[in-house]
Amino acid sequence: MSELQVKTMAEFMAEGKEADILFWVGSAGSFDDRAKKITRAFVRIMNKANVNFGVLGTEESSSGDAAKRSGNEFLFQMQAMMNIEVMNGYNVKRIVTTCPHSFNTLKNEYKGLGGNYKVQHHTEFIAELLAQGKLKVIGNLKGTKITYHDPCYLGRANNVYDIPRELIKSLGVELVEMKRSKRKSFCCGAGGAQMFKEPENGAQDININRTEEALALKPDIIATGCPFCNTMMTDGVKAVNEGAAEVKDIAELIADNL
Amino acid sequence: MGISNIIFLVVFLVAITFFIRNLNRIIANIKLGRDIDRSDRSTDRWKNMFRVAMGQSKMTRRPVAGILHIIVYLGFLIINIEVIEIVVDGIFGSHRFLSSILPIGLYNFLIGSFEILAILVLVACVIFLIRRNVVRIKRFWSKEMTSWPRTDANLILIFEILLMSAFLIMNATDGLLFSAGASHYVSSFSNPISQYFQFMFMGMDTATLVAIERFTWWFHIIGILMFMNYVLISKHLHIFFAFPSTYFANLNPLGQFSNLQSVTNEVKLMMDPNADPYAAPAADAAPPEQFGAKDATDLNWVQLLNAYSCTECGRCTDSCPASQTGKLLSPRKILMDTRDRITELADNKRKGKEDTKSLLGDYITAEELWACTSCNACTDACPIELDPLSIIMDMRRYLVMEQSAAPTELNMMFSNIENNGAPWQFPAADRLNWKNE
Repeated sequence: MSELQVKTMAEFMAEGKEADILFWVGSAGSFDDRAKKITRAFVRIMNKANVNFGVLGTEESSSGDAAKRSGNEFLFQMQAMMNIEVMNGYNVKRIVTTCPHSFNTLKNEYKGLGGNYKVQHHTEFIAELLAQGKLKVIGNLKGTKITYHDPCYLGRANNVYDIPRELIKSLGVELVEMKRSKRKSFCCGAGGAQMFKEPENGAQDININRTEEALALKPDIIATGCPFCNTMMTDGVKAVNEGAAEVKDIAELIADNL
Repeated sequence: MGISNIIFLVVFLVAITFFIRNLNRIIANIKLGRDIDRSDRSTDRWKNMFRVAMGQSKMTRRPVAGILHIIVYLGFLIINIEVIEIVVDGIFGSHRFLSSILPIGLYNFLIGSFEILAILVLVACVIFLIRRNVVRIKRFWSKEMTSWPRTDANLILIFEILLMSAFLIMNATDGLLFSAGASHYVSSFSNPISQYFQFMFMGMDTATLVAIERFTWWFHIIGILMFMNYVLISKHLHIFFAFPSTYFANLNPLGQFSNLQSVTNEVKLMMDPNADPYAAPAADAAPPEQFGAKDATDLNWVQLLNAYSCTECGRCTDSCPASQTGKLLSPRKILMDTRDRITELADNKRKGKEDTKSLLGDYITAEELWACTSCNACTDACPIELDPLSIIMDMRRYLVMEQSAAPTELNMMFSNIENNGAPWQFPAADRLNWKNE
């Protein structure tokens, strides 16, 4: 399968051209098998809408979010400054990313270190494409029940609550809300670098608590917009009631219904 | 000036002096913190303070507690106008001084409003006591709510109930004395609530009524003076500090964490190809700043102000995913520990006592810090925008950058990022493989 049209920023430069937008893939989106599917789904969407985008490819490096939030400010700033040097070299102005952690760091924390970009989460970007008429979704998921899990770094951290929900609703599905949603959303358990370590001792794992809440609504699909949340909820469903619901990124839902 | 006026003046001045001395101590404790610049965006800061502290905008997210709290808050603010009158009467021996200078209609309106608020505050405080001690709402009984924090909360509620009762009884007996024509009181006043308390004192002779009226008058004012001083050693300090805390709150998106300037300087030097790696620091260069926070004095003054502002309501802990799944971490405890530690540290300093403790280790353990997901549920839940998360992050920074004491898996993650630019062990050359899979 190589129907995807993906060019690196280096290739753009070699052709003497510039991409309108940099797609920041993120480490999870580049290496994690589940997250790679989200990356590919989002590229399918951008290809369909003829977006002139580039990726950094092998020149991309960890955003430093996980390092920063574990307290390794040194490593974070090293990563940030290297990435900024690369991006400024390509004269990057706009960035879109499928990872809320990269989104938050690139948007809020790079600007103090010399990286000033307009950064969007992929749901914001897709909503823009729809509004501009560059993309049309077929609302053929009628009868499907979906609940949406707010990623902390998209929701509380950056106040993006409604756009992901509007995208889900555009598919003609039934959107059901968990009691803890939007600003009251309950973390999946992966943030703050927890993704990379065993949880501390406790009565229950956080992702189990959250998955139980989601599955109590008996949804067909648990939708989210973060590769880490996706992993945590997928593991959660396996542990709580395997096969009870699918965990999907909004990009995948949209890409499958173009 | 009679003897009672002199006694009043002495009591009043002593109480005020103690209050100012102890308040100054707390302010001095807060100033032990590191510097942070929050002098920007003053218009936004005023707006934030008006909306969140004065306007109580975040309280009503939990409607029952929120509405009851607004009643007590308004009652506290408005009934305290009465204190002006009490103080003037106390010093000059007048009676109901305001009634002699205000139009009688306005005075009646004021006293009437005070009475209505007083009974509402009283009822609200009784409900609060029931919520804490009978219903035993979970967040008031979690593990950091040991005996003193629970007693502290109950004492404040009982205090307020007694103050409001004294106020109403004072008005009830005063009203009886007036209508009996037995008092020197110059004017009548409306008593929409206290009239229903008058039945308790019917048939008493004038001397007894005067005694009760005077007793409740003294009880009310001495109670207020004591309460004012008690607040300084209590979690109840939020009645003053909620205002500066919301003014100096973090106005950035919650996801934006501070970039440490000391680290920026180092990293820039490392990445500068013209920098001399063997250069000795200038002779007058300040010693390098410690990264992160080990003790309370390594935190900035806004974080310390936050610690003194916390009223231990527990909304943070109640929404924290780590706390809610039984981990050791509780954001409320982080603030309580910070407050207790900076107070202890400053007291020891003042007394010249040796101090070998520190916030990290003796109060907050690494296990608590590593349980945080940085999800910002706590900072969002706080009704006065306190920021326990920033304290957790500063302490993690100390653990990692000064002590290299991160959990093993995180150390592996760091070396993966250092070696191949991703938190997992994949070669950087494979970053674009997804394109053709």
